[in-house]
Amino acid sequence: MGPLRSDIADIFEQVLGHPVQIADNTNIVEDLGMDSLGVMNFVMAIEDFYDISIPLDRIAQIITVGDLIHAVEDLRSGTPS
Amino acid sequence: MSILDKHSAYRHAYDTLLQHGVDPLNVRFDSVLSPTEGMLNGRRTILLGTNNYLGLTFDPDCIEKSVEATRSQGTGTTGSRVANGTYDSHTRLEHELADFYGRKHAMVFSTGYQANLGVLSALVGRGDHLMLDADSHASIYDGSRLGMAEVIRFRHNNPDDLHKRLRRLEGMPGHRLIVVEGIYSMLGDTAPLKEIAAVKRETGAYLLVDEAHSLGVLGETGRGLAEKAGVEADVDFIVGTFSKSLGSVGGFCVSDSPDFDIMRIVSRPYMFTASLPPGVMASTLEALHKLRTEPKLRSDLMRNAHRLYDGLAAMGFETGPEANPIVAVAMPDQDLAVVFWKMLLESGLYLNLALPPATPTNVRLLRTSVSAAHTIEQIDTALAIFEDVGRRLGFLTDERRRAAGAL
Repeated sequence: MGPLRSDIADIFEQVLGHPVQIADNTNIVEDLGMDSLGVMNFVMAIEDFYDISIPLDRIAQIITVGDLIHAVEDLRSGTPS
Repeated sequence: MSILDKHSAYRHAYDTLLQHGVDPLNVRFDSVLSPTEGMLNGRRTILLGTNNYLGLTFDPDCIEKSVEATRSQGTGTTGSRVANGTYDSHTRLEHELADFYGRKHAMVFSTGYQANLGVLSALVGRGDHLMLDADSHASIYDGSRLGMAEVIRFRHNNPDDLHKRLRRLEGMPGHRLIVVEGIYSMLGDTAPLKEIAAVKRETGAYLLVDEAHSLGVLGETGRGLAEKAGVEADVDFIVGTFSKSLGSVGGFCVSDSPDFDIMRIVSRPYMFTASLPPGVMASTLEALHKLRTEPKLRSDLMRNAHRLYDGLAAMGFETGPEANPIVAVAMPDQDLAVVFWKMLLESGLYLNLALPPATPTNVRLLRTSVSAAHTIEQIDTALAIFEDVGRRLGFLTDERRRAAGAL
């Protein structure tokens, strides 16, 4: 979980243009002030970094950083949604 | 507390718009006079935002056929073809569409929106993968939710990103269906269809092209982007609409796919809605005939598109990437976009104000669509109004004009 969270923090920083403090319960939209385009750019950056595609229905379920980490772990291990 | 409180963010955004004293989402015409003119608040207004590409909505032959069909067959079918049966005009329209595209099969839907819903939900299901361009029309996104397929977005007009995402699916079961549009409705840009077709061939995916804005607009005979790009053989399904170049309402899908007709008993947006009325189909058939026999409509349309696109670019406006009948002008912020749009309207020019989230990459657009029916004088009047408003608002500065080569 450690390295994954720090990679994700780096990607947030790239997309938002400033450093962020994240925890598992950080709300991606409300706490980080992302609009829908920001979320999409962020998701695409995550997808590139981990060489995965996150299906739309999975994206809809991702509210917090913890949800995102779970989704990335599932998709990297090939677990079906 | 109201049950609709969940939409308060939209309410707030809408109220902000209304504070400018206009309602761009609810423009009320006193009357529509022709494909290119309407009356708005008692003023004759040029229509430059109605997707009426071939200008056939007032064509006397189309009107006559529609009136004749209504007289002889009635105003409506009062139900679905599954329940109320198929009229001769449904069969003829499907036959003509298949013939026009050189395909074995055609199926008509009651709207273009429903065509995407009906086709996408029938083509892919659980275990399949739907690959959507990120800037796809709402009907494509909504159609993707009706089926149970996994939906994956790829970067807009980016065949490499599509390829990468298909590669990630290697070894997984299920079909892959790529969905792109001929002309994207906001910026007027076309899909890089040759390259996308190459990705499709390499990965064994199916390819669907929505030619809603390109039917009657692109291609030697007006079949759309697939024809223009020379890749019709790679396109498995073409979806389109009657509500733009054909001047009526309705949607369709054509294909050579075996078992195509099974969609008639599995596609819910086809089965559970009233079929097109005879009068609508009659004018559509006549409009399709004109599209096929009057290539001048297409050349007039492109002449107007280039005149508007080149004229706006030369003044220093930031337009979309290519000259097509959709010409969009980017505005730097929402307030200016709304005020600019309002002043254009007050000067007698109607077009679309397109704001996020309806636009890609959060851009604010003054979106125009030209028609073959616009005269050169109307295009020049539109340009003059744009220039006048641009100057009055201090937007068309000397610097901007110089950069565009206008000074």
